[in-house]
This record gives sequence, C-alpha cells and structure tokens, in this order.
Amino acid sequence: MRTHLLNWSLLLSVVLVLSLTAVSGAQNTAYQENQWMEGAVSHIGKLTGHAKNAREDYRRYCVGCHGELGDGEGENAPWLDPKPRNFTLAQFKCRSTPTGTLPMDEDLFNTIARGLDTSVMPPWNTFTKQQRADLVAYVKHFSARWQTEKPGTPIQIPSAPEVTADRIKAGQEVFRKLECWKCHGVEGRADGPSADTLTDDQNRSIKPFNFHDGVRFKCGSTDQDIYKVFMTGLDGTPMPSFADNVKPDEAWDLVFYLRTLQPMHSKEKEIARQLGLKPIDPNAPPPAAAPQQ
Amino acid sequence: MKSRYKIAVTVLALLFLAFGFLYSGNSVNAAAEGKITGTIKLSGTPPHMKPIDMSKEPYCAKLHASDPVKMENVVAGADGSLRNVVLYISEGLTGNEASAVPSETPTWDQKGCQYIPHVLALDVNQHFKVVNSDPTSHNIHPMPKLGGPNHEWNKSQPTGAPPFDVSWTGEEVAIPIKCNIHPWMHGWMAVVKGPTTLSDDKGSFTLNVAPGTYTVTAWQEDYGTQTQKLTVAAGKPVTADFTFKAK
Repeated sequence: MRTHLLNWSLLLSVVLVLSLTAVSGAQNTAYQENQWMEGAVSHIGKLTGHAKNAREDYRRYCVGCHGELGDGEGENAPWLDPKPRNFTLAQFKCRSTPTGTLPMDEDLFNTIARGLDTSVMPPWNTFTKQQRADLVAYVKHFSARWQTEKPGTPIQIPSAPEVTADRIKAGQEVFRKLECWKCHGVEGRADGPSADTLTDDQNRSIKPFNFHDGVRFKCGSTDQDIYKVFMTGLDGTPMPSFADNVKPDEAWDLVFYLRTLQPMHSKEKEIARQLGLKPIDPNAPPPAAAPQQ
Repeated sequence: MKSRYKIAVTVLALLFLAFGFLYSGNSVNAAAEGKITGTIKLSGTPPHMKPIDMSKEPYCAKLHASDPVKMENVVAGADGSLRNVVLYISEGLTGNEASAVPSETPTWDQKGCQYIPHVLALDVNQHFKVVNSDPTSHNIHPMPKLGGPNHEWNKSQPTGAPPFDVSWTGEEVAIPIKCNIHPWMHGWMAVVKGPTTLSDDKGSFTLNVAPGTYTVTAWQEDYGTQTQKLTVAAGKPVTADFTFKAK
C-alpha cells in the first residue's frame, strides 16, 4: 500500500514538474514577444518613464481598444471608427516632427493627456505625469522602429505675430494658393471637390476637418497646435506636410484665417466680419503656369 | 635634395592615381561584360483601360480634352508587347553588385495630373527627384507596406514649388504612390538592390550584369511576378522572355 502511495506521489510530482515547465515555457514565449520591454524608456523633461511600470495601467485602461499586442485589435476595435492606433507600426498623426519620422516622447505624452477629439480616445488626465511617461515607454516597446531610428527634428514654431486684417486676408490667399479648399471646401465645410474620395493608409474612407462644426482639433486646439498640423502633416491620412513650401509668416497667416471659419467667437472672426471677408472663389482665373523645371 | 624628394612623392601619387583609374575601369568593364535581354508579352485579349475623368481638375481635363488619358495598369502594344514591367535580379548578386548605387537621379514628374513615369525602378538608397510641372497643387503620398522597411510620408507640392530629392532605404516591389487631391493619380516605385530596368514600348529590356548565375524577376502591377533562373557568360547575351496572361 505504502509503495503504491509512494509511486503515485512520485508520478504526480513528475506531472507537476512537467506542467510547471510547460507554463514557464509559455511565459518565455510571451516575454520574447515583449523583448523591448526592459529597455523601453521615455524622457519627458526630467521625468523618465519605464515600460515595465505601465504594464498594469495598459492592461486595465488601454488593452480594450489597442489590444494586448498593441496592434489596435483590442476587443472593442471592430466597433470603433476611427480605429485604435496600431502601435506596432509606430506611425502617429499628432507629432511635432516632420512627415515620415517618429514623434518625440512629448508628442505621445501630450496625446495621452489630451485625448483625440472626434475619436473615442478620451483625455487621460487623471493619470499622474509619471504614469503617462511610463505609458509612453510602453507604447514605444511595441515597435522595433524605436530601437533603430531616432525621432525627427521637431519643427520650429516662431512666436505668433499680432493678428491684423492684412494677415487674415493673406491667410485666405494661402488657403487658396495651397488649395486647402480642394478637400476642406471653399468655406472650410469639408465639402471640397476631393472630399468624398479621401481614404487613409488602410484604404478606409476618411473625412477632412470641417472648421465650422469643430471647435477642437484632433492634435490640440492652440494656435501652435494648428500651425504644427500643416507643417508636419497627419501621417496615415491624406493631410500632407506643407513644411517645404510655407514660410513661417504664411503659416501664421493661415492659422489666423482658419480661426475665422470656426463657430466660436474670436478676435479673428470679428476682424473677418468687419472686413466683410467673402469665401474664396475657386473659379477665379487660374494661377500662372508653373515655371519650367 | 628636398625638391627631389618632392618629385618622387608626386610621381608616386600620380602612379597611385593611374592604377586607381585602371582598376576602377576594369571593375566597370567586368560588371558590364554580361547581358540579359528579353521581351515581355501579354497573351490573350488586353483588358480595356478606361479613360480617366479629370473633370474635378479643370486645368487637366482641358489639357487632355481631345485625347483623354487612360488607366495605365496594363499598357500593351498591338503586337502583344507589355510595357512598364519591372525587371530585376532577385538572386545571385555579389555583395558589391547588390550594394552599388547608381548615380543617376531619375525624375518623378506630376504632369497633366499624371505620374510620369507611371512606374519607376530604383535602387535602394538611389536618389530621385519629385517634380510638379502642373499649375495646380499635388500631394505626393507614397504608401509603403505598413511595418515594412520603408515608411509612409505625405508632402504637398504646390504649383511652382521647387523639386525635392528623396530615396528609399529598403527593398520593396513595389510602393504605391498616390495623390489624395486627384484620386486617379496612381503610380508605383519598385525599389531593389542591383541592376533594374523597365520593359519599353516594344516590351523589350536589357539588364547589364557580371557573368554568373541569377534569378531574374519580372513584376507587373496587375499580374504579379514571374521568375527565371539563368547563367550569364562574358560577352554572350542571354535571353529571358516573359509572357503574362491577360486576366
């Protein structure tokens, strides 16, 4: 009897040892998927974020949409539009860096706090700054791009000049000349000739911004934030970067003009009213032919 | 004594240069010794290429009013020749051949609301120039495979804007290019290592390579890829014809 018991307990322990080995093996696989976890850090001013410290916050608050693997395929994703960001591609709309480059850590840090208007991404301003910094590092650990590339050099935003009637008129001319109206419409109502054909990088239909019903912009609502959008472009969307072809002064003029299209009261809107500013005329004589290259 | 020393150094330097030139000349000759030529054909009835409606851009619509631009997915001649097929060496290149980057800077022009050329074959890290010849704005929006070696970017190029210079860092056959303002504008950039070319309006092509055994790949945007393995000897052109079947 005793020998039987001994045999059974021996067998049981062998089974236990084997199953433990299997479990730890599985953990090893999961760990390999997250091979950049240990080294993934973020630097926000004096704060340093560590990915491993954000594990629980990510699993509790982010995983439902962005998914365990950070691929934007969380269980809520099928019902969302716009879709949650796929962090494994390391491509972000709201950046201070040129088109095609990685964002700064601060850009991701600010996006988490601000949320993304017109999407279901809320402002996560209940997190401490340390929690956010840790989450930025966690977001970064999903893509190998952060191991091999550096973020682009942030674009410089000179301080804003004074708003004047001349600047608003000049801004409207920039709006016409750069053909912003082709997508955003002559009055900024998202009804330009190309508006209904736009698609994003996954070939999903996407609408241009309607300045008349939007008070808040996706990448922040300050004048500097708007300036940044047309100098960096919104990667993954049809919105291109104008950085190569717009001078800082012209960019500020455009910011002031765009403010006149928005619904809320503003200094710019008041000046436009006094000027009796009419929407641009797309049928005005076409600009002179391009110079020979 | 001092001047003699100087003369000796100068002579030595000149000799060095001369040998350098000879050596580089030799290596170029070696690379050009072999040749792969061929013709690309399309079997079956070529698909109908629809004319493009450019009415959303009055300037371009007017420009092509008498002869509307057609889609360019399949550009076939009456004799069954197939144009715009990318030819490249997918296997067999030595390290040096694969890493050499041509110094020519091809142009990617936006003209009459079309990409000219419709397909561009490039080497990894080879520079190309993006030009807007139209009196209208374009945005040039390459969309490499997500998660691949190249990354998407999107730049506006208003009328009169200067050309800009770009290159791709990884192999990719092929990167689709589009203009969001003019959704009919669509083209491709095939980025490979080593010699590459496109079939011309007679469907023919030539690839200059060093003698060796290679896999030649032909890529067509609608019909995909075909490959052929062949051995190239010095001074003897090898033929590699490809036939794609119309869908």
